[in-house]
Amino acid sequence: MRFVDEFREPELIAKAAQEIRRLADSQRHYRLMEVCGGHTHAIYRFGLKDLLPPNIELIHGPGCPVCVLPMGRIDDGLSMTEQPDVIFTAFGDMMRVPGTRGSPLEYKARGADIRLVYSPADALKLAQANPDRHVMFFAIGFETTAPSTALTLMRARAQGVRNFSVFCNHVTIIPAIRAILDSPDMRLDAFIGPGHVSTVIGCRPYEWIARHEGKPIVVSGFEPLDLLESIVMLLRQLREGRAEVENQYKRVVPWEGNRAALHAMAEVFQLRPYFEWRGMGFISQSALRLRDSYAEFDAEQRFRIPGIRVTDPKAAQCGEVLKGVLKPAQCKLFGNECTPERPVGALMVSSEGSCAAYYNYEHRKAALTALTMPAPAP
Amino acid sequence: MCLAIPGRIVELLPERENLALVEVSGVRRKIDVGLLAEDPAKAGDWVLIHVGFAMSKISERDAADQMRVLAMLGEDEAAMQEIEGYGLVHAIRR
Repeated sequence: MRFVDEFREPELIAKAAQEIRRLADSQRHYRLMEVCGGHTHAIYRFGLKDLLPPNIELIHGPGCPVCVLPMGRIDDGLSMTEQPDVIFTAFGDMMRVPGTRGSPLEYKARGADIRLVYSPADALKLAQANPDRHVMFFAIGFETTAPSTALTLMRARAQGVRNFSVFCNHVTIIPAIRAILDSPDMRLDAFIGPGHVSTVIGCRPYEWIARHEGKPIVVSGFEPLDLLESIVMLLRQLREGRAEVENQYKRVVPWEGNRAALHAMAEVFQLRPYFEWRGMGFISQSALRLRDSYAEFDAEQRFRIPGIRVTDPKAAQCGEVLKGVLKPAQCKLFGNECTPERPVGALMVSSEGSCAAYYNYEHRKAALTALTMPAPAP
Repeated sequence: MCLAIPGRIVELLPERENLALVEVSGVRRKIDVGLLAEDPAKAGDWVLIHVGFAMSKISERDAADQMRVLAMLGEDEAAMQEIEGYGLVHAIRR
């Protein structure tokens, strides 16, 4: 209960934790998956596992866009830096992600023109300020960032910008959940649904999980109390034999989502027939590409992209961790060859990746405990 | 990128449609409010921001809560760095 002191409503937290213990059947083991990387980060940071009874297991899902991007796509994106006039732009999260021949940051050190932007709108602005160069934006993210890329492209077209393109790696959350449910080595009881993705897509797209898969799902906020309340709501459903979509994060997530954002996405993007996810293989209709009406802004159509496929290092077990089959620390490379400072696998790169989250909180805590324990008597 | 940053719309800017000045913890930057077309943004609204775009309107209380969550997650500095970085293109600092 190490962070409980910082919690704003300690008595409500204690009450929710008590309710969880009351609702959980001691004869049963519960496997709940939090889909969103932000939730994974919060669960570790707040030490929420310490508040749960041992028969409630939280499985960390695929909701970290940096983590699920296969290395080949990073290589493909970086291959564009070989064009003399190209400026490669990406979010800070991408800069340290390793490709076969280094991360964007390392390419930069070797002389490639690589720039960090905090918004796709700024990549477009850079293109307008440099008409003699071509600015390529390496787009990643789920439905939280895809509408912003879409609107940027709509503005680029309206303004007649000709030296701007997007290398599109946007993915969608629903097919990933479907792939997890279809995976034979995966047994889950219920889902904690993503918070900010749901502000865009709303709650309706999750209905099949309840209706056809018979699994409860609760869309959750990010505060400790939000997450505990969501677990209470899931346990209530399981106890009563219900499977429904519920919205714990009503104060932010409208049931119907953000129609303007969905409209922008539909205007600019179409589903790819399939897309490779790191550790999960090819998932059909799980990613977005630019529509043909936006072909002039599509880096994949403007440039020759090598279409590189890279197998993850054999020893790294990112896939098993990503699917929740292994805990981060059970991977052979965890903590020795693969650390947040020198990541081998993508789950170690982003603070929302379960390996980095586990390393930063659990692993350090354990190391600290070991250091501060009195040495055993000789 | 996936955790939203809360801010208050100071004013809508005349230079372009859907451009607004937003304030986050005393820092003012321009963001795009075009994704709020269903319920257009106005001065004084609190919004959640992702990568330079307002994604949803929230209450002032929820904005304060979200800022606190970012601080508790140790993401507040990164969030402010992001806000301060809007409108700029960076040489990579590291």
